[in-house]
Amino acid sequence: MLTKKQLFTRGMLDISPHMLSVIPFGIICGAIGVELGFDPYLVYAMSFIIFGGASQIVFLQLLSGGASSLVAVASVGIINSRHLLYGAVLSEYLEKLSFIKKLLISYVVVDQGFAESNKFFKKNRNEEFLHYHLIGTGCTMWVCWQIATLSGIVLGSFVPEELGLKFAIPLTFIAIVVQDLKKIDHVIVMITCGLSSLLFFDAPFKSYIIISPIIALFVAALLLRLKK
Amino acid sequence: MTLTAIIFAGILTYFTRMTMIALISRDMLGDKIKAVLEYVPSAVFPAIIFPGIFINDFGTFIEINDPKIFGALVAVIVGYLSKNIIATISAGLVSYWFLIFVVFN
Repeated sequence: MLTKKQLFTRGMLDISPHMLSVIPFGIICGAIGVELGFDPYLVYAMSFIIFGGASQIVFLQLLSGGASSLVAVASVGIINSRHLLYGAVLSEYLEKLSFIKKLLISYVVVDQGFAESNKFFKKNRNEEFLHYHLIGTGCTMWVCWQIATLSGIVLGSFVPEELGLKFAIPLTFIAIVVQDLKKIDHVIVMITCGLSSLLFFDAPFKSYIIISPIIALFVAALLLRLKK
Repeated sequence: MTLTAIIFAGILTYFTRMTMIALISRDMLGDKIKAVLEYVPSAVFPAIIFPGIFINDFGTFIEINDPKIFGALVAVIVGYLSKNIIATISAGLVSYWFLIFVVFN
């Protein structure tokens, strides 16, 4: 049995490589907000209140492009609706927690943290304090995101644009799913999702980000039926 | 005005995170659903990966010879063999930079 502290540290270690892409992206997010002419305090408030990478950029871009607040808020909701899927996966491992603890831990569930903690959970189902791993990944992500966006806001885009560091984001997610390329069913699900996301990229409110996972999960369900 | 919108966006985002964790119990999800949920990472992350590679900042498709495609392929190969996150990201970035700064310059 690992102690709470060991699990927390393990979570921190498991997510830390992703900071290679998260920190430059956070700096870019902060800098874009200020460049678009928003109050620096508001740009930072988003990192605290929304705490959701790409959705923060989309929100500001929509508002500065003249979209109504309603459209901007709806887009953030739709982009972030993928967390519902993460929650459904994690609920199995977190069910023993009290309601209050579930409410608190929910705030730090992010893409990379979900991915790394889920991998850990699958291999260590019997640990008593599993959720400390999720707290470790989530808190590391939270702290780095606050510092990165804040430094982008204060210092401007000191990351040279020519480097194209936004490209690090798809790379970080490639690192997350690449080992599943060994399994043909996962490959089919990934390609379905990827192609759907390109096909529906222009759908309103950035809804491709949830439409394509739903299509891919339908395909996964079909594959499971075929396997039997 | 903007702050109000941010707060609403934040509450909405929090609900997407909290709903399934706090309001769903294990018994509500059947074995079939759980089996499908095994595929969530594979079903969600390509929706971030593909547009990040194949669609540019202006929302249009990139050319077939775009350096990002090469960078992504290198990242997939290095990631698959090394099982290392830092190696995957660095390999993708470095090969991308090599093309834009050295080859196409």
